[in-house]
Amino acid sequence: MKIRLLDIAHARSGDKGDTANVGLIALKPEWYPLLDRYVTRDAVTEHFAGVIDGPVVRFELPNLNALNFLLHGALDGGGTLSLKTDAQGKVFSTALLRMSIDVPDDTAKQLGFETKSSAR
Amino acid sequence: MKEKVRVAGGQGFWGDSLDAPRQQVEGGEVDYLMLDYLAEVTMSILQKQKERDPSMGYARDFVGAMESVMPAVLERGVRVVANAGGVNPPACASAVRELVTKSGSTDKLRIAVVTGDDLLGRLDELIDSGHPLSNMDSGEPLASIRDRVLSANAYIGSAPIVEGLARGANVVITGRSTDTALTMAPLRHEFGWGATDWDKLAAGIIAGHIIECGAQCSGGNCLYDWKSIPDLANVGYPIAEASPDGTFFITKHAGTGGRVSVPSVTEQLVYEMGDPHEYITPDVVADFTTIQLEDAGPDRVRVFGIKGRAATDKLKVSIAYRAGFKAVGTLVYSWPEAQEKAEAADRILRERLDRLGLRFDQVMTELVGISATHGRLATMGAHTGGEAPEVQLRVGVRGGDRKAVERFTREIAPLVLNGPPSVTGFAGGRPKVEEIIAYWPALVDKTVVTTSVAIV
Repeated sequence: MKIRLLDIAHARSGDKGDTANVGLIALKPEWYPLLDRYVTRDAVTEHFAGVIDGPVVRFELPNLNALNFLLHGALDGGGTLSLKTDAQGKVFSTALLRMSIDVPDDTAKQLGFETKSSAR
Repeated sequence: MKEKVRVAGGQGFWGDSLDAPRQQVEGGEVDYLMLDYLAEVTMSILQKQKERDPSMGYARDFVGAMESVMPAVLERGVRVVANAGGVNPPACASAVRELVTKSGSTDKLRIAVVTGDDLLGRLDELIDSGHPLSNMDSGEPLASIRDRVLSANAYIGSAPIVEGLARGANVVITGRSTDTALTMAPLRHEFGWGATDWDKLAAGIIAGHIIECGAQCSGGNCLYDWKSIPDLANVGYPIAEASPDGTFFITKHAGTGGRVSVPSVTEQLVYEMGDPHEYITPDVVADFTTIQLEDAGPDRVRVFGIKGRAATDKLKVSIAYRAGFKAVGTLVYSWPEAQEKAEAADRILRERLDRLGLRFDQVMTELVGISATHGRLATMGAHTGGEAPEVQLRVGVRGGDRKAVERFTREIAPLVLNGPPSVTGFAGGRPKVEEIIAYWPALVDKTVVTTSVAIV
């Protein structure tokens, strides 16, 4: 089943030059493995295609049940150079939460998500 | 040695709440008030102010903040650590001293002024002696923009602040100190942490990272369960309550709004994070993957387990330089077909800029909007058919030619009469042309930067 990141995670983002960072944090510790397994660097790269110009880098912080993504080339040059409303990458956090991940039905069920067959 | 030291964060950037510093010293017991005023581009703004008037160049809000907390400093022994000095820490100190000269309690005020971070006057000497100050992102040497540099400051660490405190200062004013050193230094001073106590120094740095953005760790800008966060109008700013072993609690004064919780602190920990394994500061490299958080009751989070390792032999340098011009213009298009109208206007505008032969490094279009034009009518009916109720067309240009950018600003308003219909929102007049002061991050050998501390 598809699970939207907004339903299993919260996030905060910020900037460093032309790079936005998004810290993605599981809403419950038991959901961190879902983030770790399915919110891959490739999936996030695909999600932000056409929105950012550079590569995506991923770091894991299992101690905080969180992943940290660096989105390079996200801010039109960043800082004062940027013409973007969100020149400092403050809301890339919620842009990542729009993403959905594809989780096998039985895994989802074990974690308490209602799959289509059980929802009726 | 104290068993517990409370450092209160009272300012997250220059422009943050004017009342927070006073609320932090009056809302309950605190030992230190930490005020962070400097963002990346702030130094260049201050440098421009100093060029116009040699007695300026510091965060002037700080003087008002000091006035509001002076009774706590002079009567109750609360000590203040702030990087409000900007590019002119001595002038900042004079302005603060002026406050007490009037009230007559001058002997109780001891201000430590930290200098040595300002490298502007030394740039040629540094470049000539083999320090290229290359851009950390692009690798370009500073020489390529040397003639456009406005300010250059090394990010300095905790040592000079610790020295100021050890010499009995109750107010320490620095220039481009790292934000985190402002919190770590008081802990290092109180607990006698050595320069190689890596884990403890790292803990102090992380305490600093958590409280350096003010209320952003205590309920402000917090996405987790945001609707349930109480009384943000009266939000409590954060306090780090540390022990000699480097463990600490994050909390806030009783009776204030906001929320300190594991999720609120976690959101702040990941803010502006790079590689979590190496958070590099002048004092220590902190490892964010070792941080443990624990709920310790209402509005109280315990932070422990932090590991650090030896600092590098470099300091980061914050350089600001002139980088061309920009302007942003907006117009608002209402339902129906708001988006199509805005997109049509954008096409027309771009074609006109083209016909005028104007060249820019960047032309950027964004579409923004909800209820400015039709109020409650905008969101009440199915008649909108899922269309946007309105769209703000926002077009920005950037380039090296000021004249081209100026001409762009004349091309927005005409669209009201000679472009797509249902347009408004142009009352603010022509967009302003702004000179871009850009940021150039570089590294320099630690050995070339010498700080000094004066008690005034």
